[in-house]
Amino acid sequence: MLTIDNLHARVEGKDILKGLSLSVSAGEVHAIMGPNGSGKSTLGHILAGNPNYEVTAGSIQFNGDDLLAMDTEQRARAGVFLAFQYPVEIPGVSNMEFLKASVDAIREHRGLDAFDAVTFMKRAREAAKVAGLDQSFLKRGVNEGFSGGEKKRNELLQMLLLEPQLGILDETDSGLDIDALQVVAEGVNSMRDASRSFVLVTHYQRLLNYIAPDYVHVLAGGRIVRSGDASLAAELESTGYGWLEGEVA
Amino acid sequence: MSMNIADVLARADQHAPEWLEERRQIAREVWNTTSLPTRKTELWKYTNTLALNQTYIAPPRLPSDAQPSMEAVPVIDAIRLVFVNGHFCPEQSDSAFPDGLDCVLFSEANDQQATFITEQLGRALPEVGHPFIPLNQAAMDNGVLVSVAPQTCLDKPIQIIWLTAGVSAPFAVQPRVLLALGEHAQATVIEHFADAAAQASFTNAITELILSHGSSLDYYRLNFESGHALHVGGVHALLGRDAHLSSFCLGLGADMKRVDLVANLTESGAHAQLDGIYLPRGKEHIDYHTVLEHVAPYCTSTETFRGVIADQSRAVFNGRIHIHPHAQKTSAELSNKNLLTSNEAEVNTKPELEIYADDVKCAHGATVAQLNDTAVHYLMSRGISKAEAEVMLSFGFVNEVLESTRLASLREALRPLLAERFARDSALLRHLT
Repeated sequence: MLTIDNLHARVEGKDILKGLSLSVSAGEVHAIMGPNGSGKSTLGHILAGNPNYEVTAGSIQFNGDDLLAMDTEQRARAGVFLAFQYPVEIPGVSNMEFLKASVDAIREHRGLDAFDAVTFMKRAREAAKVAGLDQSFLKRGVNEGFSGGEKKRNELLQMLLLEPQLGILDETDSGLDIDALQVVAEGVNSMRDASRSFVLVTHYQRLLNYIAPDYVHVLAGGRIVRSGDASLAAELESTGYGWLEGEVA
Repeated sequence: MSMNIADVLARADQHAPEWLEERRQIAREVWNTTSLPTRKTELWKYTNTLALNQTYIAPPRLPSDAQPSMEAVPVIDAIRLVFVNGHFCPEQSDSAFPDGLDCVLFSEANDQQATFITEQLGRALPEVGHPFIPLNQAAMDNGVLVSVAPQTCLDKPIQIIWLTAGVSAPFAVQPRVLLALGEHAQATVIEHFADAAAQASFTNAITELILSHGSSLDYYRLNFESGHALHVGGVHALLGRDAHLSSFCLGLGADMKRVDLVANLTESGAHAQLDGIYLPRGKEHIDYHTVLEHVAPYCTSTETFRGVIADQSRAVFNGRIHIHPHAQKTSAELSNKNLLTSNEAEVNTKPELEIYADDVKCAHGATVAQLNDTAVHYLMSRGISKAEAEVMLSFGFVNEVLESTRLASLREALRPLLAERFARDSALLRHLT
C-alpha cells in the first residue's frame, strides 16, 4: 500500500530525513519510534502534504500512485489520514460543518452520494461516542477551546468518520491521560481490518501496550536504523535510545 | 463642483412640522457654513467624500404599484416599519403595536409626543464635529419616534427598513430615528438599510438611542446598500444609570459607506457592547468610526469589530475610547481584527485610547492578517478543496462575531447573506448555509 524509498526531506533549510525507506502492506500496523528530533513527525507531515516540508530526494508510492505528486486534499481523498500532533483551532467554523465538508469531499471522490443531514448527524454522534466526546463538541468551533486530550479525541472522531485506508497517528499519545489513551487505542483497534493500515509515530512504548503493532522501527538521524516486531518496543523501553548514538554516527 | 442639496432643503421647508422649525433653521445656518470634509480632515482622512459632489433631488413618494420588492430583506418575526426613499409606507408596515410601545412619525405626533420629541431630540448628539448631522437636522422634514414605556419588555423585535428605489436622478434621503427606552424597559431594534437597484443616492441617517435608568437595548444596524447607493450615517447613544446597550453593525457593499457609532456612558453602571462586521469587495469602501465616551465611573464597555477585505476594496476602522477624568473604575476593551484576502485590498485601522482617570482597566488591539496557512492545510488534509477551505475560514473569521448576537432568527437569516460574500460559486457555500 505504502512504499517509501530513500526519502530525503528538509524543513526551513535543515535536512531532517536522510534516506528513509519503509514499506507498509494492507492490514499492517507499523510503529515508528525514536528520540526527539529524529524526524518522526516530519514523516507524518510529508505524507499529509504539508507545504512547509520539502522533499529533496526519494519517492513515496501509495497504492501504486506517486503520492508526492498529489495535493494535500487529493491525498486525503485517496485515503491518507494524518492525526495531527497539534490540531488547529478554527473558531467560527463548527465541528459539524467541518466534518460534513470533509466526509462529503471524500465520498464524492469515491463516487458515493453525500449523506443527508439526518444520517450524517447520526453517524457523527456515534463517532463522537466512540471517541468519548460529548455531543456538544460537534456544535463548537473546530478544536476551539478543546483541551489537549479533547483535540486528540477529535482527531480520532475525524478518522472514524473519514474511514481512511492509511491512518498516520503523529504522537497522538503525547499529553493524553490513560483513559483517553485507551479510548484512542480502542478506536484504532476497532478500525483495524485487512485493508486498512496504520503508522503510529510515538516516542513512548505506552501506546503500543494498547495497540499491538506488527512491526516496530527505530528512526534516528533521519533514517530507520533498526526494525523488528513488537518486542523491539519493549526492549527500547528498558534500554532507552542512548545506544543509538553509535549507530547513527 | 460641489454638493447641491437645495431641492431637499426646499422640500423640508414645505413639509416639516412647525414645531421643528427653529431647530431646522439653526441647523441650516450651521450647514451653510459647513464644507464637506477632505482628506485633510483627520476623521475623514481615509474616506473620500468627492462622490457626494453632485446635485441631489428630494425623491417623490412612489405610487403604490411601483413599490420595490422586499425580497432582499430578511423576514423575521418582527414589528415592521417600512420607509421607501424616506417616505413611510403604511401598506408595508405594521400598524398595531403592543402595549407600552409607541411608534409615530414626527409629522403625526400629538402635542404630548411633540413635546417629548422636542425635549429628547439631539440630546445624544455632539454639539459640533460631525459635518453631516447639521444637514440631517436641516433637511428633517420628518422622522420616527419609537418609544418604549418604563418597565415594558417587548417580546418582538422592531424592524425599521429604509429602502431606496425607483428614481433615476441622484436623490438624497435623510432618515431620522429617535428611540427612547423608559426606565427598566427592554427592546430589540433592527435598522435595515438597502437599495433596490444600486442607483445613485445618498442616505444620511441619524439615529439617537436614549436609554433610561436600567433599560436594555439590543440594537442592530444593517447596511446592505450597494453600488452607487452611498451612505453616511450616525448612531448616537446616551446611556443612563445601569443601562445596557448591545449593538451589532453589519456593513456590506456600496461605493462609499461611513457609519459613526457613538456611545455616551453618562451615569455609573452603564454597559455598552459594540460589535460589528464589514465585508467590502470589488471597489467598495466601508468606514466605521466608533467612540466610547466613558463619562461616569463604574461603567464598562467591550467592542469587537472584524472585517474581511477582498479584491480592491478598502475598509477603515477607527475605535476611540475616551475616559473622562471622573470615570474611575472604568473597564474598556476593544478588538479590531482584519483579514485581507487580496494583495490589492487595503484597511486603515486605528484604535485610540484617551485616558484622563487613573484607576481604569483598558485594553485595545488591532490586527491585519491573511488567512492562516496552517488552518488551510488542516482543512485540506481532510479532503476539503483549497477554495472551500478559504471560504470556510473567511466566513468563520466573522461568524465568531455573528454568533455572539442574541437574536437567533436574525442570526440565521444573516448567516447565508454573509457566507455568500465569500464565494460566487454556491457549491463552495453548501456546508455553511
